[in-house]
Amino acid sequence: MTKKQKRFAFIGGIFAVAALAVTLVLTALSSAVAYFYTPSDLDALDHPPTGVIRLGGLVEGGSVQYNKEEAEVHFVIMDEAGRRAVTYRGVLPDLFREGQGVVVEGKLAPDGSVTAMQVLAKHDENYMPREVADALKKQGRWKEGETQNQ
Amino acid sequence: MGVFYELANPERFERIAKPLQPALTAIAVLLGGAGLYYALFNSPADYQQGDTVRIMYVHVPAAWMALFCYSVMAFSSAAGFIWKHPLADVSAKVTAPIGAVFTALALFTGSLWGKPMWGAWWAWDARLTSVLILFFLYLGYIAIWESIDDKARAARLAAIVAIVGFVNIPIIKFSVDWWNSLHQPASVFRDGGPTIDGSMLRPLFLMGAAYMIGFGAMLIAAIRNELMARRLQRLSEVAGRKASTVNVE
Repeated sequence: MTKKQKRFAFIGGIFAVAALAVTLVLTALSSAVAYFYTPSDLDALDHPPTGVIRLGGLVEGGSVQYNKEEAEVHFVIMDEAGRRAVTYRGVLPDLFREGQGVVVEGKLAPDGSVTAMQVLAKHDENYMPREVADALKKQGRWKEGETQNQ
Repeated sequence: MGVFYELANPERFERIAKPLQPALTAIAVLLGGAGLYYALFNSPADYQQGDTVRIMYVHVPAAWMALFCYSVMAFSSAAGFIWKHPLADVSAKVTAPIGAVFTALALFTGSLWGKPMWGAWWAWDARLTSVLILFFLYLGYIAIWESIDDKARAARLAAIVAIVGFVNIPIIKFSVDWWNSLHQPASVFRDGGPTIDGSMLRPLFLMGAAYMIGFGAMLIAAIRNELMARRLQRLSEVAGRKASTVNVE
Protein backbone atom coordinates (compact mmCIF):
# COMPACT_ATOMS: atom_id res chain seq x y z
CA MET A 1 0.00 0.00 0.00
CA THR A 2 1.40 3.38 -0.93
CA LYS A 3 1.05 6.33 1.41
CA LYS A 4 -1.72 7.74 -0.77
CA GLN A 5 -3.70 4.50 -0.57
CA LYS A 6 -3.22 4.43 3.19
CA ARG A 7 -4.59 7.95 3.54
CA PHE A 8 -7.48 7.05 1.24
CA ALA A 9 -8.30 4.00 3.35
CA PHE A 10 -8.01 6.05 6.55
CA ILE A 11 -10.38 8.78 5.45
CA GLY A 12 -12.77 6.25 3.88
CA GLY A 13 -12.72 4.21 7.07
CA ILE A 14 -13.49 7.24 9.22
CA PHE A 15 -16.44 8.12 6.99
CA ALA A 16 -17.74 4.55 7.06
CA VAL A 17 -17.54 4.35 10.85
CA ALA A 18 -19.24 7.74 11.27
CA ALA A 19 -21.99 6.79 8.82
CA LEU A 20 -22.59 3.48 10.58
CA ALA A 21 -22.72 5.12 14.01
CA VAL A 22 -25.15 7.81 12.90
CA THR A 23 -27.34 5.25 11.11
CA LEU A 24 -27.55 3.10 14.24
CA VAL A 25 -28.35 6.06 16.48
CA LEU A 26 -31.01 7.46 14.16
CA THR A 27 -32.60 4.03 13.67
CA ALA A 28 -32.74 3.51 17.41
CA LEU A 29 -34.19 6.97 17.96
CA SER A 30 -36.47 7.06 14.94
CA SER A 31 -39.62 7.61 17.00
CA ALA A 32 -37.94 10.51 18.80
CA VAL A 33 -36.72 12.06 15.55
CA ALA A 34 -40.24 12.01 14.10
CA TYR A 35 -41.86 15.37 14.70
CA PHE A 36 -45.34 14.03 15.31
CA TYR A 37 -47.49 10.93 15.72
CA THR A 38 -50.13 10.19 13.14
CA PRO A 39 -53.50 9.03 14.52
CA SER A 40 -52.70 5.43 13.60
CA ASP A 41 -49.27 5.71 15.29
CA LEU A 42 -51.11 6.71 18.47
CA ASP A 43 -53.63 3.88 18.12
CA ALA A 44 -50.77 1.40 17.77
CA LEU A 45 -49.12 2.41 21.07
CA ASP A 46 -49.70 0.07 24.00
CA HIS A 47 -49.31 2.82 26.58
CA PRO A 48 -50.65 6.21 25.56
CA PRO A 49 -48.01 8.91 26.22
CA THR A 50 -48.69 11.10 29.26
CA GLY A 51 -46.58 14.16 28.42
CA VAL A 52 -46.88 16.71 25.68
CA ILE A 53 -47.23 15.08 22.27
CA ARG A 54 -47.61 16.23 18.70
CA LEU A 55 -50.25 14.77 16.45
CA GLY A 56 -50.24 15.33 12.70
CA GLY A 57 -52.55 14.51 9.83
CA LEU A 58 -55.33 16.01 7.75
CA VAL A 59 -58.25 17.95 9.17
CA GLU A 60 -61.23 15.75 8.37
CA GLY A 61 -63.77 17.34 6.04
CA GLY A 62 -66.89 18.51 7.91
CA SER A 63 -65.37 17.94 11.33
CA VAL A 64 -64.55 21.55 12.27
CA GLN A 65 -66.95 22.97 14.85
CA TYR A 66 -66.53 26.35 16.50
CA ASN A 67 -67.87 26.65 20.02
CA LYS A 68 -68.31 30.39 20.39
CA GLU A 69 -69.25 30.39 24.09
CA GLU A 70 -66.14 28.52 25.13
CA ALA A 71 -64.05 30.14 22.36
CA GLU A 72 -63.02 26.62 21.42
CA VAL A 73 -62.67 24.82 18.15
CA HIS A 74 -63.20 21.08 17.77
CA PHE A 75 -61.96 19.08 14.82
CA VAL A 76 -60.78 15.61 13.86
CA ILE A 77 -57.30 14.77 12.58
CA MET A 78 -57.20 11.73 10.34
CA ASP A 79 -54.78 9.64 8.34
CA GLU A 80 -55.31 6.56 6.17
CA ALA A 81 -56.22 4.31 9.07
CA GLY A 82 -57.05 6.39 12.11
CA ARG A 83 -58.82 9.47 13.40
CA ARG A 84 -58.58 11.45 16.60
CA ALA A 85 -60.59 14.35 18.01
CA VAL A 86 -58.84 17.60 18.95
CA THR A 87 -59.95 20.51 21.10
CA TYR A 88 -58.14 23.82 20.80
CA ARG A 89 -58.52 27.28 22.26
CA GLY A 90 -56.45 29.93 20.50
CA VAL A 91 -55.53 31.48 17.19
CA LEU A 92 -55.51 29.17 14.18
CA PRO A 93 -52.91 29.61 11.42
CA ASP A 94 -54.09 31.10 8.12
CA LEU A 95 -53.72 27.82 6.26
CA PHE A 96 -55.98 25.95 8.71
CA ARG A 97 -59.06 24.50 7.01
CA GLU A 98 -60.72 21.19 6.26
CA GLY A 99 -58.50 18.89 4.21
CA GLN A 100 -55.34 20.74 5.30
CA GLY A 101 -52.37 19.01 6.87
CA VAL A 102 -51.85 20.21 10.45
CA VAL A 103 -49.70 19.35 13.44
CA VAL A 104 -51.11 20.01 16.92
CA GLU A 105 -49.15 20.03 20.16
CA GLY A 106 -50.94 19.12 23.36
CA LYS A 107 -51.87 16.42 25.83
CA LEU A 108 -54.07 13.38 25.62
CA ALA A 109 -57.33 13.84 27.54
CA PRO A 110 -58.78 10.86 29.48
CA ASP A 111 -61.32 10.28 26.70
CA GLY A 112 -58.48 9.84 24.17
CA SER A 113 -58.94 13.18 22.46
CA VAL A 114 -56.11 15.70 22.26
CA THR A 115 -56.29 19.02 24.08
CA ALA A 116 -54.07 21.18 21.91
CA MET A 117 -52.00 24.11 23.10
CA GLN A 118 -50.70 24.95 19.63
CA VAL A 119 -51.87 24.26 16.09
CA LEU A 120 -49.36 24.42 13.23
CA ALA A 121 -50.29 24.19 9.56
CA LYS A 122 -48.28 22.00 7.24
CA HIS A 123 -48.15 22.86 3.61
CA ASP A 124 -47.42 20.36 0.90
CA GLU A 125 -44.84 20.25 -1.87
CA ASN A 126 -47.21 21.60 -4.54
CA TYR A 127 -46.88 25.17 -5.71
CA MET A 128 -49.11 26.65 -8.41
CA PRO A 129 -51.00 29.83 -9.24
CA ARG A 130 -54.66 30.04 -8.24
CA GLU A 131 -55.82 29.78 -11.88
CA VAL A 132 -54.03 26.46 -12.30
CA ALA A 133 -55.50 25.14 -9.07
CA ASP A 134 -58.99 26.25 -10.17
CA ALA A 135 -58.53 24.65 -13.59
CA LEU A 136 -57.46 21.36 -12.00
CA LYS A 137 -60.51 21.46 -9.75
CA LYS A 138 -62.76 22.16 -12.73
CA GLN A 139 -61.32 19.22 -14.65
CA GLY A 140 -61.93 17.02 -11.64
CA ARG A 141 -58.23 16.20 -11.36
CA TRP A 142 -58.01 17.78 -7.93
CA LYS A 143 -58.04 15.36 -5.08
CA GLU A 144 -58.42 17.24 -1.83
CA GLY A 145 -56.47 15.47 0.84
CA GLU A 146 -54.41 13.39 -1.50
CA THR A 147 -52.29 16.25 -2.81
CA GLN A 148 -52.08 17.57 0.70
CA ASN A 149 -51.08 14.34 2.28
CA GLN A 150 -47.85 14.16 4.29
CA MET B 1 -8.09 14.73 -13.51
CA GLY B 2 -5.73 16.55 -15.87
CA VAL B 3 -7.53 19.84 -15.30
CA PHE B 4 -7.14 19.55 -11.54
CA TYR B 5 -3.40 18.96 -11.82
CA GLU B 6 -3.11 22.04 -14.04
CA LEU B 7 -5.07 24.12 -11.53
CA ALA B 8 -3.14 22.73 -8.59
CA ASN B 9 -0.30 25.01 -9.59
CA PRO B 10 -1.05 28.40 -7.95
CA GLU B 11 0.46 30.43 -10.84
CA ARG B 12 -1.62 28.64 -13.46
CA PHE B 13 -4.66 28.99 -11.22
CA GLU B 14 -4.06 32.74 -10.95
CA ARG B 15 -3.80 33.09 -14.76
CA ILE B 16 -7.20 31.42 -15.26
CA ALA B 17 -8.90 32.84 -12.17
CA LYS B 18 -8.06 36.50 -12.70
CA PRO B 19 -10.27 37.05 -15.78
CA LEU B 20 -12.83 34.46 -14.65
CA GLN B 21 -13.69 36.26 -11.41
CA PRO B 22 -15.19 39.47 -12.90
CA ALA B 23 -16.91 37.46 -15.67
CA LEU B 24 -18.66 35.17 -13.18
CA THR B 25 -19.55 38.12 -10.95
CA ALA B 26 -21.19 39.91 -13.89
CA ILE B 27 -23.16 36.80 -14.94
CA ALA B 28 -24.31 36.20 -11.35
CA VAL B 29 -25.50 39.80 -10.97
CA LEU B 30 -27.40 39.65 -14.27
CA LEU B 31 -29.04 36.31 -13.46
CA GLY B 32 -29.83 37.44 -9.92
CA GLY B 33 -31.37 40.68 -11.21
CA ALA B 34 -33.54 38.79 -13.69
CA GLY B 35 -34.40 36.20 -11.03
CA LEU B 36 -35.47 38.83 -8.50
CA TYR B 37 -37.53 40.62 -11.15
CA TYR B 38 -39.47 37.45 -11.92
CA ALA B 39 -39.60 36.43 -8.26
CA LEU B 40 -41.01 39.72 -7.00
CA PHE B 41 -42.91 41.21 -9.93
CA ASN B 42 -43.49 38.73 -12.71
CA SER B 43 -44.60 35.45 -11.18
CA PRO B 44 -47.96 34.39 -9.80
CA ALA B 45 -48.94 34.20 -6.14
CA ASP B 46 -49.45 30.66 -4.85
CA TYR B 47 -53.01 29.28 -4.55
CA GLN B 48 -52.46 28.47 -0.87
CA GLN B 49 -49.70 30.73 0.35
CA GLY B 50 -50.39 33.88 -1.67
CA ASP B 51 -47.47 36.28 -1.98
CA THR B 52 -45.60 34.62 0.90
CA VAL B 53 -44.43 32.02 -1.62
CA ARG B 54 -41.94 34.61 -2.93
CA ILE B 55 -39.72 33.85 0.07
CA MET B 56 -39.12 30.51 -1.66
CA TYR B 57 -36.99 32.15 -4.39
CA VAL B 58 -34.46 33.31 -1.79
CA HIS B 59 -34.82 30.44 0.67
CA VAL B 60 -34.68 27.34 -1.53
CA PRO B 61 -31.53 28.23 -3.55
CA ALA B 62 -29.81 29.21 -0.29
CA ALA B 63 -30.61 25.77 1.12
CA TRP B 64 -29.33 24.10 -2.06
CA MET B 65 -26.10 26.06 -1.78
CA ALA B 66 -25.76 25.20 1.91
CA LEU B 67 -25.63 21.52 0.93
CA PHE B 68 -23.57 22.10 -2.22
CA CYS B 69 -20.90 24.18 -0.45
CA TYR B 70 -20.56 21.53 2.24
CA SER B 71 -20.09 18.89 -0.46
CA VAL B 72 -17.43 21.03 -2.16
CA MET B 73 -15.74 21.48 1.21
CA ALA B 74 -15.82 17.76 2.03
CA PHE B 75 -14.53 16.66 -1.38
CA SER B 76 -11.79 19.31 -1.40
CA SER B 77 -10.87 18.23 2.12
CA ALA B 78 -10.66 14.58 1.06
CA ALA B 79 -8.57 15.49 -2.01
CA GLY B 80 -6.26 17.63 0.12
CA PHE B 81 -5.96 14.87 2.70
CA ILE B 82 -5.22 12.11 0.23
CA TRP B 83 -3.16 13.86 -2.48
CA LYS B 84 -1.69 16.62 -0.28
CA HIS B 85 -2.57 19.35 -2.75
CA PRO B 86 -2.30 22.68 -0.96
CA LEU B 87 -4.81 24.24 -3.36
CA ALA B 88 -7.42 21.62 -2.38
CA ASP B 89 -6.91 22.51 1.30
CA VAL B 90 -7.21 26.20 0.45
CA SER B 91 -10.44 25.65 -1.50
CA ALA B 92 -11.91 23.63 1.39
CA LYS B 93 -10.91 26.27 3.92
CA VAL B 94 -12.37 29.24 2.05
CA THR B 95 -15.60 27.44 1.11
CA ALA B 96 -16.59 27.09 4.77
CA PRO B 97 -17.51 30.73 5.53
CA ILE B 98 -19.40 31.02 2.22
CA GLY B 99 -21.36 27.87 3.00
CA ALA B 100 -22.03 29.07 6.53
CA VAL B 101 -23.53 32.30 5.18
CA PHE B 102 -25.80 30.39 2.75
CA THR B 103 -26.89 28.14 5.64
CA ALA B 104 -27.62 31.12 7.86
CA LEU B 105 -29.61 32.70 5.02
CA ALA B 106 -31.62 29.49 4.56
CA LEU B 107 -32.34 29.26 8.30
CA PHE B 108 -33.26 32.93 8.58
CA THR B 109 -35.56 33.09 5.53
CA GLY B 110 -37.04 29.73 6.50
CA SER B 111 -37.93 31.17 9.89
CA LEU B 112 -39.54 34.21 8.25
CA TRP B 113 -41.52 31.84 6.02
CA GLY B 114 -42.46 29.45 8.81
CA LYS B 115 -44.16 32.03 10.98
CA PRO B 116 -46.91 33.05 8.52
CA MET B 117 -47.38 29.59 6.95
CA TRP B 118 -46.91 27.08 9.75
CA GLY B 119 -47.57 29.42 12.64
CA ALA B 120 -44.10 28.95 14.18
CA TRP B 121 -40.70 30.58 13.70
CA TRP B 122 -38.97 27.33 14.53
CA ALA B 123 -39.78 23.67 15.05
CA TRP B 124 -37.45 20.91 16.20
CA ASP B 125 -38.31 18.71 13.27
CA ALA B 126 -35.72 16.58 11.49
CA ARG B 127 -35.15 18.95 8.54
CA LEU B 128 -34.73 22.13 10.55
CA THR B 129 -32.61 20.47 13.21
CA SER B 130 -30.28 18.79 10.71
CA VAL B 131 -29.73 22.10 8.89
CA LEU B 132 -28.94 23.79 12.21
CA ILE B 133 -26.38 21.02 12.84
CA LEU B 134 -24.95 21.76 9.37
CA PHE B 135 -24.49 25.39 10.42
CA PHE B 136 -22.63 24.31 13.57
CA LEU B 137 -20.47 21.93 11.51
CA TYR B 138 -19.41 24.88 9.35
CA LEU B 139 -18.60 26.92 12.46
CA GLY B 140 -16.63 24.05 14.00
CA TYR B 141 -14.70 23.58 10.79
CA ILE B 142 -13.84 27.30 10.66
CA ALA B 143 -12.84 27.22 14.34
CA ILE B 144 -10.31 24.43 13.70
CA TRP B 145 -8.58 26.45 10.99
CA GLU B 146 -8.54 29.50 13.25
CA SER B 147 -7.18 27.72 16.31
CA ILE B 148 -4.28 25.73 14.80
CA ASP B 149 -1.31 27.72 13.50
CA ASP B 150 0.43 24.90 11.63
CA LYS B 151 -1.45 24.90 8.30
CA ALA B 152 -0.70 21.29 7.39
CA ARG B 153 -1.97 20.07 10.78
CA ALA B 154 -5.03 22.31 10.63
CA ALA B 155 -5.84 20.98 7.15
CA ARG B 156 -5.62 17.35 8.32
CA LEU B 157 -7.83 17.83 11.37
CA ALA B 158 -10.34 20.01 9.54
CA ALA B 159 -10.56 17.45 6.73
CA ILE B 160 -11.52 14.71 9.19
CA VAL B 161 -14.25 16.91 10.70
CA ALA B 162 -15.54 17.84 7.23
CA ILE B 163 -15.72 14.21 6.15
CA VAL B 164 -17.39 12.95 9.33
CA GLY B 165 -19.89 15.81 9.01
CA PHE B 166 -20.65 14.80 5.44
CA VAL B 167 -22.85 12.05 6.93
CA ASN B 168 -25.29 14.87 7.70
CA ILE B 169 -25.82 15.80 4.03
CA PRO B 170 -27.98 12.81 3.00
CA ILE B 171 -29.78 13.10 6.34
CA ILE B 172 -30.78 16.68 5.51
CA LYS B 173 -31.89 15.72 2.01
CA PHE B 174 -33.99 12.71 3.04
CA SER B 175 -35.08 13.85 6.53
CA VAL B 176 -38.47 14.86 5.14
CA ASP B 177 -38.99 11.39 3.64
CA TRP B 178 -37.62 9.27 6.47
CA TRP B 179 -39.48 10.90 9.36
CA ASN B 180 -42.69 12.80 9.97
CA SER B 181 -41.68 16.42 9.75
CA LEU B 182 -43.29 19.84 9.70
CA HIS B 183 -41.20 20.82 6.68
CA GLN B 184 -42.80 19.68 3.42
CA PRO B 185 -41.08 17.10 1.18
CA ALA B 186 -38.91 18.03 -1.82
CA SER B 187 -40.60 19.89 -4.67
CA VAL B 188 -37.86 20.04 -7.31
CA PHE B 189 -35.28 17.24 -6.99
CA ARG B 190 -37.67 14.32 -6.50
CA ASP B 191 -38.90 11.18 -8.28
CA GLY B 192 -41.53 12.12 -10.84
CA GLY B 193 -40.30 15.65 -11.51
CA PRO B 194 -41.01 19.03 -9.93
CA THR B 195 -44.35 19.79 -8.30
CA ILE B 196 -43.93 23.50 -8.86
CA ASP B 197 -45.77 25.24 -11.68
CA GLY B 198 -43.56 26.32 -14.61
CA SER B 199 -44.27 30.00 -14.01
CA MET B 200 -42.72 29.64 -10.54
CA LEU B 201 -39.87 27.36 -11.61
CA ARG B 202 -38.44 30.08 -13.89
CA PRO B 203 -37.54 32.56 -11.11
CA LEU B 204 -36.48 29.67 -8.88
CA PHE B 205 -33.99 28.32 -11.42
CA LEU B 206 -32.76 31.82 -12.31
CA MET B 207 -32.05 32.46 -8.64
CA GLY B 208 -30.48 29.03 -8.28
CA ALA B 209 -28.12 29.73 -11.20
CA ALA B 210 -27.30 33.19 -9.82
CA TYR B 211 -26.43 31.72 -6.41
CA MET B 212 -24.33 28.97 -7.97
CA ILE B 213 -22.35 31.27 -10.28
CA GLY B 214 -22.07 33.84 -7.50
CA PHE B 215 -20.60 31.09 -5.35
CA GLY B 216 -18.09 30.37 -8.13
CA ALA B 217 -17.04 34.02 -8.19
CA MET B 218 -16.76 34.20 -4.39
CA LEU B 219 -14.82 30.94 -4.26
CA ILE B 220 -12.28 32.17 -6.82
CA ALA B 221 -11.92 35.51 -5.04
CA ALA B 222 -11.47 33.78 -1.69
CA ILE B 223 -8.88 31.31 -3.01
CA ARG B 224 -6.87 34.15 -4.61
CA ASN B 225 -7.09 36.06 -1.35
CA GLU B 226 -5.87 33.12 0.69
CA LEU B 227 -3.01 32.40 -1.74
CA MET B 228 -1.89 36.04 -1.56
CA ALA B 229 -2.15 36.06 2.23
CA ARG B 230 0.03 32.96 2.43
CA ARG B 231 2.58 34.42 0.02
CA LEU B 232 2.66 37.62 2.07
CA GLN B 233 3.24 35.62 5.23
CA ARG B 234 6.08 33.70 3.63
CA LEU B 235 7.65 36.93 2.36
CA SER B 236 7.46 38.62 5.74
CA GLU B 237 8.99 35.56 7.38
CA VAL B 238 11.88 35.66 4.91
CA ALA B 239 12.25 39.43 5.42
CA GLY B 240 12.21 38.98 9.18
CA ARG B 241 14.92 36.35 8.99
CA LYS B 242 17.06 38.61 6.83
CA ALA B 243 16.52 41.56 9.16
CA SER B 244 17.58 39.52 12.18
CA THR B 245 20.77 38.36 10.43
CA VAL B 246 21.56 42.00 9.62
CA ASN B 247 21.10 42.94 13.27
CA VAL B 248 23.45 40.22 14.40
CA GLU B 249 26.11 41.47 12.05
